[in-house]
Amino acid sequence: MEYKPIKKVISGNYAAAYAARDARVEVVAAYPITPQTSIIEKISEFLANGEVENLQYVPVESEHSAMAACIGASAAGARAFTATSAQGLALMHEMLHWASGARLPVVMVNVNRAMAPPWSVWDDQTDSLAQRDTGWMQFYAENNQEVYDGVIMAFKVAETVNLPAMIVESAFILSHTYDIVEMIPQELVDEFLPPRKPLYTLTDFDNPIAVGALGTPADYYEFRYKIEKSMEEAREVIHKVGKEFGERFGRDYSQMIELYRTEDADFVFMGLGSLMGTVKQAVDVLRSEGYKVGAAKVRWFRPFPKEELYELAKNVEGIAVLDRNFSFGQEGILFNEAKGVLYNTDAHPLIKNYIVGLGGRDFTVSDVKKIAENMKGIIEAKKLDREVEWYHLKR
Amino acid sequence: MEIPENVKKRLSLPFEENFYAGHTACQGCGAALGLRYVLKAYGKKAIFTIPACCSTIIAGPWPYSAFNAPLFHTAFETTGAVISGIEAALKAKGYKVKGEDGIMVIGWAGDGGTADIGLQALSGFLERGHDGLYIMYDNEAYMNTGIQRSSSTPYGAWTTNTPGGKKHFLERRHKKKVIDIVIAHKIPYAATASVAFPEDFMKKLKKAQKIPGPSFIQLFAPCPTGWRSPTDKSIEIARLAVQTAYFPLFEYENGKYKINMPSTKKEPKPIEEFLKLQGRFKYMSKDDIEVLQKWVLHEWEELKKKAEVFG
Amino acid sequence: MNTLFGEGKSKAKKIAFKSVEEYPEAPISLGATLSNFTGDWRTFMPVVDDAKCVKCYICWKFCPEPAIFIREDGYVGIDYDYCKGCGICANECPTKAITMVKEEK
Ligand SMILES: Cc1ncc(C[n+]2csc(CCOP(=O)(O)OP(=O)(O)O)c2C)c(N)n1
Ligand code: SF4
Ligand code: SF4
Ligand code: SF4
Ligand SMILES: [Mg+2]
Repeated sequence: MEYKPIKKVISGNYAAAYAARDARVEVVAAYPITPQTSIIEKISEFLANGEVENLQYVPVESEHSAMAACIGASAAGARAFTATSAQGLALMHEMLHWASGARLPVVMVNVNRAMAPPWSVWDDQTDSLAQRDTGWMQFYAENNQEVYDGVIMAFKVAETVNLPAMIVESAFILSHTYDIVEMIPQELVDEFLPPRKPLYTLTDFDNPIAVGALGTPADYYEFRYKIEKSMEEAREVIHKVGKEFGERFGRDYSQMIELYRTEDADFVFMGLGSLMGTVKQAVDVLRSEGYKVGAAKVRWFRPFPKEELYELAKNVEGIAVLDRNFSFGQEGILFNEAKGVLYNTDAHPLIKNYIVGLGGRDFTVSDVKKIAENMKGIIEAKKLDREVEWYHLKR
Repeated sequence: MEIPENVKKRLSLPFEENFYAGHTACQGCGAALGLRYVLKAYGKKAIFTIPACCSTIIAGPWPYSAFNAPLFHTAFETTGAVISGIEAALKAKGYKVKGEDGIMVIGWAGDGGTADIGLQALSGFLERGHDGLYIMYDNEAYMNTGIQRSSSTPYGAWTTNTPGGKKHFLERRHKKKVIDIVIAHKIPYAATASVAFPEDFMKKLKKAQKIPGPSFIQLFAPCPTGWRSPTDKSIEIARLAVQTAYFPLFEYENGKYKINMPSTKKEPKPIEEFLKLQGRFKYMSKDDIEVLQKWVLHEWEELKKKAEVFG
Repeated sequence: MNTLFGEGKSKAKKIAFKSVEEYPEAPISLGATLSNFTGDWRTFMPVVDDAKCVKCYICWKFCPEPAIFIREDGYVGIDYDYCKGCGICANECPTKAITMVKEEK
């Protein structure tokens, strides 16, 4: 069948819901939270209109239970999906470990939202990045299209390596902003994403198994290593699945870091998610003004694209890491990771951390331009003025 | 392995064993006995979910299992949610759940995992009407972590965080009536049961299988380690709990209460008979015992009234 | 003949792995606890006097392991590989056919 996309102007949240539908999810267990709610509202609508078959929707009483129910469903062999944000994700934390430890390919959309207090419903990446050690893969979407594509790819990657995956989109900037999304006809999604083949089953009553029993110090260690090995393997799988996706549907995701005009760049901006849309626009402007700059959008934060980062860092004099998140007592989380990756390599560009956009603070093209000016000075001086800059701070 | 037919006919429980010996429950453990009964009742066609509790250990360390049935281990507070998810998955995949030849989806959790930290997930499971069975095995404290009180610990009991020292600090609250909270959800079937009355328990397990929707059974399961009781007295203590009306056996079915034999038979024995076999009650003063006795009889009268009015 | 677990007991093996490759991908069980002989937990051992036994099977019913099996002749036997010596069987036997005897080791 020839690929003719179905174009629709939809929000990031609807893109997530349509993708879950097209991935033929069998169990959705979710709990409302702004700005995630319209995802589950849309999925409920699919059910109400008879647009989905064989989907069980469990309106659980908390996010902790949402993840627990997805884990139960996934253990019983179903393709399970949920969505949440900030407080909800934090509440799930214990069960995020459970999903990966039990090797269940649950897929979740997290809408990045700032953690309270003070209460905030606006964009901030700390909620998802704080879950980095839970054994979940993490994909950051730049736009609504990437939300849709990301969910469908995530199922394929997750079900190949038997680890859960989180697709992350920005509060309001994506979740509630309408944009054109090219959706894939069902038959073609089915070809790309066949039914799940579970690693184990709870329904083989002649060969019953117990999953997740007490692991003594003699055995626990090896199971942790197995998770890491699958994470490592996931890099290759992501590359292959992203390439296949590109060949079938015209949007290539084979690279874990998307490079934008970095060929001859002196320095690059690096960051996650929708933020990088703004950065790309700024790069165009800066290029027209004679700056040799580019953008490096980290698509997959877990597994972390170590190789790609090294290849990039080798060829630039500076990296400005833009973190819409913070790890208190240390620095921006992506910055921290990037520095760590490069330490044991021979690539040591000047690398500076800009803390931007926390709690939905506006971050615009002109902000990127100001940061470019600062970076230019650093590179000329061959020296950082400071390592971490709270860029917007009122002084 | 077979036994003569005439012998089989005389057994009051199914012959089939799906609970393997070699498990690591303490000597005389009521929870282990309870598991043996449940695994007898449903044969293999049951999927179990067990949260953090003594049964996590009883079920066997990796790579072993004491169950000849599928079992999913989960986090302490999640039993109700996980069984909801399993049931949803089975339905999405077209399996028959509950009923004569359907798959039983069973949550097996302790009193702490049910009455305390898991109460919310339990409520969700009950309220949403999933086809599953939740069994709370009640050993009246957090045993797995070394005998701390739960809201299901009775008045006057010693535990390691109600230790009964000079100031006579013991559990000062009455046992939480979890079954009443469950019944408030107006589910089709809820019951109490005891390891001392396995035939009654078995009947209830069969009912829970037949009746669609969520079912709940609170199973009284003595713990010699935590109750400071002789290991050979577990059944005797459980029997006395029923005979003193401390833990009466009853069913709530479609809005109707029914007190089961042998709870109906006689006037309750004095509570001391139940208490005296257990070291955990040895710090209780006469007044303490009086307080507990009054409470037991009050609750018993209330139950009888319910059975009269809604019987 | 032990009618409790049949061949299950003889087939049950201790399982231990030497290299990470031998482990399954997920922590799923690979065998029954039957390979774990808990008989050495015992201090007192139950001894059945067939002459007093009335074949009511109450002891069989209440053994938490379970370690009591029914013999072909209808009397009960105890699998001492598993019996932990809790004494419930002796306590519940209506004819006092079971006595708990201090075990010499
Ligand atoms: C979130 C969380 N908090 C605490 C614990 C520690 N914990 C494990 S089992 C347990 C008590 C279990 O008590 P109960 O449910 O009554 O079962 P029992 O051990 O008595 O059979 C506790 C507190 C845990 N595993 N998870
Ligand atoms: S502590 Fe109590 S409930 Fe736990 S295994 Fe021992 S006897 Fe059973
Ligand atoms: S309980 Fe006593 S009488 Fe009954 S079968 Fe056992 S040994 Fe025999
Ligand atoms: S002493 Fe306990 S474990 Fe041994 S056979 Fe009797 S009831 Fe079973
Ligand atoms: Mg308990």
